Amino acid sequence: MAEAKFNIDKIRQDFPILQRKVNGQNLVYFDNAATSQTPKQVIDCIIDYYENYNANIHRGVHSLSQEATDAYEQARIKIQKHFNAKQAHEIILTSGTTHAINLVAHAYGSMLTKGDEVLVSALEHHSNIVPWQMMCEKNGAHLKVIPMLENGQLDMEYFHQSLSTKTKMVFVNHVSNALGTINPIQEIINAAHQVNARVLVDGAQAAPHIQADVQALDVDFYTVSAHKMCGPTGVGMLYAKEELLEQMPPYQGGGEMIAEVSFEKTTYAGLPHKFEAGTPNIAGGIAFGAALDYMHEIGFKSIEAYENELLIYATHLIQEIDGIVIYGPEPESKTAVLSFNVEGLHAYDLGTILDQMGIALRTGHHCAQPIMEYYKIPGTARASFSFYNTKKEINIFIDALKKAISMLT
Amino acid sequence: MSQIKERQEEIIDEFSMFEDWMQRYEYMIELGKSLPTIDEQHKKDENIIKGCQSRVWLYADLEGEKIKFSADSDAIITKGIIALLIRVFSDQTPKDILQADVKFIDEIGLKDHLSPTRANGLVSMIKQLKNYALAYQAKLS
Repeated sequence: MAEAKFNIDKIRQDFPILQRKVNGQNLVYFDNAATSQTPKQVIDCIIDYYENYNANIHRGVHSLSQEATDAYEQARIKIQKHFNAKQAHEIILTSGTTHAINLVAHAYGSMLTKGDEVLVSALEHHSNIVPWQMMCEKNGAHLKVIPMLENGQLDMEYFHQSLSTKTKMVFVNHVSNALGTINPIQEIINAAHQVNARVLVDGAQAAPHIQADVQALDVDFYTVSAHKMCGPTGVGMLYAKEELLEQMPPYQGGGEMIAEVSFEKTTYAGLPHKFEAGTPNIAGGIAFGAALDYMHEIGFKSIEAYENELLIYATHLIQEIDGIVIYGPEPESKTAVLSFNVEGLHAYDLGTILDQMGIALRTGHHCAQPIMEYYKIPGTARASFSFYNTKKEINIFIDALKKAISMLT
Repeated sequence: MSQIKERQEEIIDEFSMFEDWMQRYEYMIELGKSLPTIDEQHKKDENIIKGCQSRVWLYADLEGEKIKFSADSDAIITKGIIALLIRVFSDQTPKDILQADVKFIDEIGLKDHLSPTRANGLVSMIKQLKNYALAYQAKLS
């Protein structure tokens, strides 16, 4: 069993927050799809930065600045290696996925014009819908939606039929945050490239579970947030192919992103700095690298196998409860996300009662209202598992859920 | 003592008898079952309170000089919360409603629900009750 060789006890000791109590109960944290918890290795890395080498980067000649710059650039290389980007300067450090998507919508979007079409999947988080709507309002491009099917997967037939020479961009998440659906991004990328369209894959939900290889995928843009993969909030990544970054105009102006400034003309810095205006989240960037180190030490293959085991276990147990409706595909086609409702009950009520019992899960529309509209529900309760969760916690959750249902009916 | 204050004291007394969160919530759920009180015709989008994870409809009518509130929600705990608010504020004059505090919320252990970031929108509900009072006060004067 994965659990045994995995040494879950040792892993759990790395996460100080897992020791705390909520409403007098041991915390059971099942809101990992919203944000993951932080191991002490990453927390220590942040403390080390502020205690020992806090300085602004890329400018100072003094030792502290040099140390901070080295650490920050080493983190970029760790991220590059993790995602197998060809070059370190194809990794743009951002404040997170939302920032990364807005950067592309603004910079690449400025090169689209009226008559162009862009395709967006119906499974998207609002952060991969709204920036494109704003872009289309500006450049006159037409936004088309790839619909979803009852099982929470994309209508690929519709997708293939919708592609034409007018299609300039396709936006899709690697994994849906609301349902956990793993999308066929390789198929989407290959087909889009046939008509010379570019593809942006929002990898925020996939990154904690699946190690994406951007070269093998041949993806044009890939975005992630560090806080979903054991890193701190406020830092993330945009991967983009060098040629695209060269073509794109800068997104924000400021320090760091310039070569020379005069009131007559400013020339921009080379990659990646052209897209990194201002002082970045230095500690966050370095800690992002530490988070990747931590996850690699455990191993992404082991993480994936273990989380899948948790998902299958939880799915099996929850299905035995009367009135449970699970949304999204079967466990083999999704990450460790269990999006569900109990017939006749509101997810908010379930979430409130479960919180009293120390169980953290998410209720609501999960910033993916089009999915909820499809199912004609106001929202779902979502339990999402991480490699530091256990079957014992799932047992506690199932018992608590039964108790909540009996209180509410 | 104003009626609003009296009713709050009553609720505080009732809740003081509960020993744990379960009893508190079971009572709230029980109270929730007294809703809906709202007329179907008033259960429309313009009467929905924004800022709630569950949907809440609140309506107010003037009967003589007093306001009668009616409400519904699709979540039972939210219904319980509004049932308490209606019990405190309904059949009161706009003036009394506007002057009243809601200290009972703190005292019955639902303080967490008062935080404006809390998804249940309790703060929005109270604001909406007071808005109705303000509107009717203007109408009466």
